[in-house]
Amino acid sequence: MSQTDYDLIVIGAGPAGLTAALYAGRARLSVLVLEKAAPGGQILVSDWIENYPGFVEGISGADLMTNVLEQARRFGMETRSAEVASLDLGDTVKRVHLSDGALSAKSVIIATGASPRKLGVPGENTFWGQGVSTCATCDAPFYRDSLVAAVGGGDTAVQESLFLTRFAKKVYLIHRRDQLRAARILQERAFENERLEIIWDSVLTEIKGGASGVTGVAVKNVKTGDLTDLTVHGCFVWVGTVPNTGFVPAVIDLDAAGFITVNSRMETSVPGVYAAGDVRNTPLRQVATAVGDGAIAASEAIHYIENLK
Amino acid sequence: MAEGVKEINDSTFDDEVLKATELVLVDFWAPWCGPCKAIAPMVDEISKAFEGQLKVTKCNVDDNPATPSNYGIRAIPTLMLFKGGEKVETIVGMVEKSKLEQAIKNNL
Repeated sequence: MSQTDYDLIVIGAGPAGLTAALYAGRARLSVLVLEKAAPGGQILVSDWIENYPGFVEGISGADLMTNVLEQARRFGMETRSAEVASLDLGDTVKRVHLSDGALSAKSVIIATGASPRKLGVPGENTFWGQGVSTCATCDAPFYRDSLVAAVGGGDTAVQESLFLTRFAKKVYLIHRRDQLRAARILQERAFENERLEIIWDSVLTEIKGGASGVTGVAVKNVKTGDLTDLTVHGCFVWVGTVPNTGFVPAVIDLDAAGFITVNSRMETSVPGVYAAGDVRNTPLRQVATAVGDGAIAASEAIHYIENLK
Repeated sequence: MAEGVKEINDSTFDDEVLKATELVLVDFWAPWCGPCKAIAPMVDEISKAFEGQLKVTKCNVDDNPATPSNYGIRAIPTLMLFKGGEKVETIVGMVEKSKLEQAIKNNL
């Protein structure tokens, strides 16, 4: 069998990637996890996770991921801060190209997750970090007693808008339909919260501001066509995600939305290459589903590597 | 926090950052910010890698509201580079190490 730098390279150190590394480490594979930013993934920005089993009162995203990282390191996981430029996926050797060279492995797990989707409206990029945000836990305290807009209707939008109400005087949650997609318990909390006002059937069309950052947003009712200007000092955007697949070669099949297509064994269209977590074609993007994907992908990678011998 | 990283505050900002002779990185952070905690080890690594060329500082925005307000900071983590008393670079959010390294090299 060919010699490689590692048995397994995992790309992405979020819940899926770190769980994969934990399982592979316990199978005594040599495992490297590559992470372009900081270990933890998108869940780092979540202020409180109530639906991940085992934490009776819940846990913050940052604390959960600190624990997972430490746990995976116990079983020999190596991590490296590096962004993958491209993949070269041969039959027995997979090469992962970085900016400063290449690493080889017998198997690769892609767990690069997804990034918050942008609205694509005027002002969004201009005022990024100056009122436009996707991270309530990072930025909410800057909006003490302020008026804030939020966009979305799923779990993240409602959960994080509720968090914003602890600081902001008023949060306008702008949602394009006449009902929320978020879990019922979150909807109930949203309806009861006097500082949260849901603006139904509406889309945000522009983020306005000046030298000091965001000063307002323009909102259009999709049923009546009416345009309204809201005075706000912040605008939080939670309208889904886009997969992080820029480095993924064409031999790996993607679905129509750009997520990596895998079967129930997390196998991609290339043998020995797996995808797990938010980056794949999954009906649910949660920590609970990502760790399950990571465990399956690692287990399959372990079998794959054994069969190479 | 690595040995080379210096905690600064509203009253020391002028002396430590604006009057510094070398390039200065300021990491604006807060204890409640998960991504800030997550990038902290990377900032420590940067401090070691650019030792002698770059001064690395941290400013807790919870305890020091004046400085972030002066620079219009409304999101953290925000990393800023200062040279000769002037802000030369602003990076908002979780940044890739390579991107931060490049920004530093561009201003050395």
